[in-house]
Amino acid sequence: MRTSILGATVALALVTGSATASEGPKLAAQNWSFGGIFGTFDRATLRRGVQVYNEVCASCHSLKLVAYRNLGDVGYGAEEVKAIAAEFEVTDGPNDDGDMFTRPALPADRFAAPFENDKAARAANNGALPPDLSVITKARKGGSDYIYALLSRYAEDPPADFELSDGMYYNEVFPGHQIAMSPPLGEDAVEYADGTKATTAQMSKDVTTFLVWAAEPEMEERKRLGIIVMIFLTALTAMLYALKRMIWSDLH
Amino acid sequence: MTTPTWTNPIIKWIDYRLPIFTFTQHHLVEYPTPKNLNYWWNFGSLAGVVLVIMIATGIFLSMSYTPHVDYAFDSVERIMRDVNYGWLLRYLHMNGGSMFFIAVYIHVFRGLYYGSYKAPREILWIIGVIILFAMMATAFTGYVLPWGQMSFWAATVITNMFTAVPLVGEAIVNWLWGGFAVGNPTLNRFFSFHYLLPFIIFALVFVHLWALHVHKSNNPVGVDMKGPQDTIPFHPYYTIKDAYGMGVLMLVYLAFVFFAPNFFLEPDNYIEANPLQTPPHIVPEWYLMPFYAILRAFTQEFLWIPAKVLGVIAMFASVGILALLPWLDTSKVRSARFRPIYKQVFWLFFVDCLVLGYVGANPPEGYLILLGQVATAYYFLHFLVVMPVLGIMEKTRPVPDSISAAVTPGGTSGKEDT
Ligand code: HEC
Ligand code: HEM
Repeated sequence: MRTSILGATVALALVTGSATASEGPKLAAQNWSFGGIFGTFDRATLRRGVQVYNEVCASCHSLKLVAYRNLGDVGYGAEEVKAIAAEFEVTDGPNDDGDMFTRPALPADRFAAPFENDKAARAANNGALPPDLSVITKARKGGSDYIYALLSRYAEDPPADFELSDGMYYNEVFPGHQIAMSPPLGEDAVEYADGTKATTAQMSKDVTTFLVWAAEPEMEERKRLGIIVMIFLTALTAMLYALKRMIWSDLH
Repeated sequence: MTTPTWTNPIIKWIDYRLPIFTFTQHHLVEYPTPKNLNYWWNFGSLAGVVLVIMIATGIFLSMSYTPHVDYAFDSVERIMRDVNYGWLLRYLHMNGGSMFFIAVYIHVFRGLYYGSYKAPREILWIIGVIILFAMMATAFTGYVLPWGQMSFWAATVITNMFTAVPLVGEAIVNWLWGGFAVGNPTLNRFFSFHYLLPFIIFALVFVHLWALHVHKSNNPVGVDMKGPQDTIPFHPYYTIKDAYGMGVLMLVYLAFVFFAPNFFLEPDNYIEANPLQTPPHIVPEWYLMPFYAILRAFTQEFLWIPAKVLGVIAMFASVGILALLPWLDTSKVRSARFRPIYKQVFWLFFVDCLVLGYVGANPPEGYLILLGQVATAYYFLHFLVVMPVLGIMEKTRPVPDSISAAVTPGGTSGKEDT
C-alpha cells in the first residue's frame, strides 16, 4: 500500500512539474559560470557585462539597489570604480542656495537612474516603463535563462497571424510576445575592451551574468560558507548518529 | 518519580526556593517515555527548534526592517546587501517558515496515523490545532511584510474574504485595512501582529507540553504505558535521538538556505507591490495552498448563502474540524497498525491533501475546478462520514497487551508498516 501511495505521490509531483514547465515557451538552460553549488561569477564575463550594462541598458533602466562601490567586491580597483562612476551624472542637493544640481557620480552613489521619475521614463519609452533591474533575475520565472532568452530571442518578423501593435516588438519568450523594449543588443552594440566579439548571444550572456550578480551579490560568499557549514554539519550529524546507536545499544 | 536530593549546596539552595533543577530532572531527564517511539516522533521537537530560530532571526530582521509601503521592499533588500550576514538572517527566516510547516504537517499526520488525538489527549490535540491557526496567521502576516506583488495581492485577497460577513463585512474590512484599501496602516498592523503572534505560539507550545506531560506520549502501538518495562528515561535516549534528528533537519534546511534560498518563493514577490497592476495569478505560500483550494472550491450559492461566504466558512472549518476529530473518530483502537482499513483511508486522505495543494497552486481553470471540488468534498467526507462510520464497522486486528509485549519477539504485533 505504502509503495503505491509513494508512487502516486511521485507521479503527481511529476505531473505538477511538467504542468508548470509547459507554461510559456521552453527556455534553454544555459551553462552559467555561477550555476551549481560551487559556481562563481566568471570575472571576465562580469566585466564585459558591466560594460554592456553601462553602455546600453543604463540609458533606459535604473539599478537602484546597486552602488558603484559594490563593483569593488568583484575585482574592480578603487580608481577603476571612480572612473566608471564619473561617466554618469547624478542629481544632488539642495546646495547652500537651495538649488538642486548635477555632479559626476561617486563610488558611494547608486547606479545613476536615467530618468527623473517613472512618468519621464514612460514618456521617453512610448508609454512603457523600463523596470528597475536590481533584482530582475530573482523576479522572473526561469531567472537567468529567461533574461538571456529575452535579450537574444527577438524575431524580425512575427508569425504571419500575429498582430503586433505600433511601436512594439516581437519577442519569443516575453509573456504575450509583444514587448515595448526595442531589441537592445544588435550585433556589435558595444566594442568589448577585452577584444571579445560582441555577438548578440555573447552580450546577452555577459549582461545577464552581471544582472545575476546585481540581484545576488552575496552568492559567492553564501555558497562558500554553505559548503563549510554542510561539511561540518554532516560530520556532526554522523557523530550524533553513532552516539545514538551507542546509547541505544544497551536496550533490547 | 522521586524528588532528587541535590548535594551541591548552591543547587540545593536554589532548588529549595525555585525547583528548576527538580523540574528539569522530572521533565527532561527521568521523564518516562515509551521505549518504542519511531522517528515520526522527532518532529515535535524539531518544530520547537525551528520556532526558536524563527523568533531569533525575526528579532534581528526587525532591527533593520522598515514597515512602510515606500521603504519595506527596499529595506528587505538592504538587509540582504548592507547588513552583515543580513542575507543569512533573511534566508534563514524565509526558509524557516517552510521548514516549520513541513515539521508541523508531518507532526500532525503522525498524530492522525497513530490516533494520538484520542482520549486522554484531546486537549493536547486541540491546543495543537490552535497553534496551527496561529502559525497560519503568523506566516500570512509575514508574507506581507516584504511588500512584493504577492505580499500585496495576497493581503488584498485574504482580507477581502471578510466582506463575506453579512451586513458588517465592508466595515470589518475597512477596519482591518485601516483605510479603504490595503495600504500603509495595513502593513503597520500586520508587522505588529507578526511580531506578537510567535510569542503567543511560544506560550501555546508550553501549554501543549504541559498537557503532554500529564498523560505522556502516545506510541506506534497505541497502547498505554503499563509500567517501567515499557519506558525508558528521556535522557539520554531521546535527547540524543532528537539531537540526531535536528542534525538531519538542519542539513535539509541549510541546503535550501545556502544553495537554493528562493526555492519556495514566488518570483513575483521580488517585484515591488503595485496596487495598479494585478498579477496574472495570485498564490499564497505552498503550505497554505490546500486551504486556498478549499476557499475557491465554492462557485455557487447554496440556500441563499453566497459562494464566497461558503468558501470562507469551509476554509476555516477545514482546520477547525481537526479539533472535533477525537469525537468524530469512533474507533476504540488508536494506532493505524491495527486498523487495516483506516490505514488505507489515511493514505487516501493524505493524497487528497496533496491534490488540494496542487489545485490551490494553479489557476482555477478547466478540470481543476471540478478536481478541487471533489477533493474538498472528500476532505470533509473523511472527517464527517468515513471516520465515524469506519470506527464502528471496521474489524480491527488484535491489539497487544502492552508495549513490551508488542516489541519483544513473540509479541502480537509484526514490525511491518511503522
Ligand atoms: C530604449 C530603452 C531600453 C533599453 C536601451 C533597454 N531596455 Fe529593457 N526595457 C525597456 C522597456 C520600455 C521595457 C518594458 C517593456 C514592456 O513592459 O513591454 C523594458 C523591459 C526590460 C526587461 C523586463 C522584461 C520582463 O520580463 O518584464 C528586462 C529584463 C530588460 N528590459 C532588460 C534590459 C537589458 C539587460 C538591457 C541592456 C542590454 C535593456 N533592457 C535595455 C527599455 C529599454
Ligand atoms: C512563528 C514563527 C514565524 C513564522 C512562521 C514567520 C514567517 C515569516 C514569513 C513567511 C516571512 C516572509 C519572508 C519573505 O518573503 O521575506 C516573514 C518575514 C518577516 N518576519 Fe517572520 N515569522 C515568524 C516569526 C517572526 C518573529 C518572532 C519576528 C520578529 C520578532 C519576525 C519578523 C519578521 C520580519 C521583520 C520579516 C520581514 C523581513 C523579510 O521579509 O524577510 N518573524 N516571516
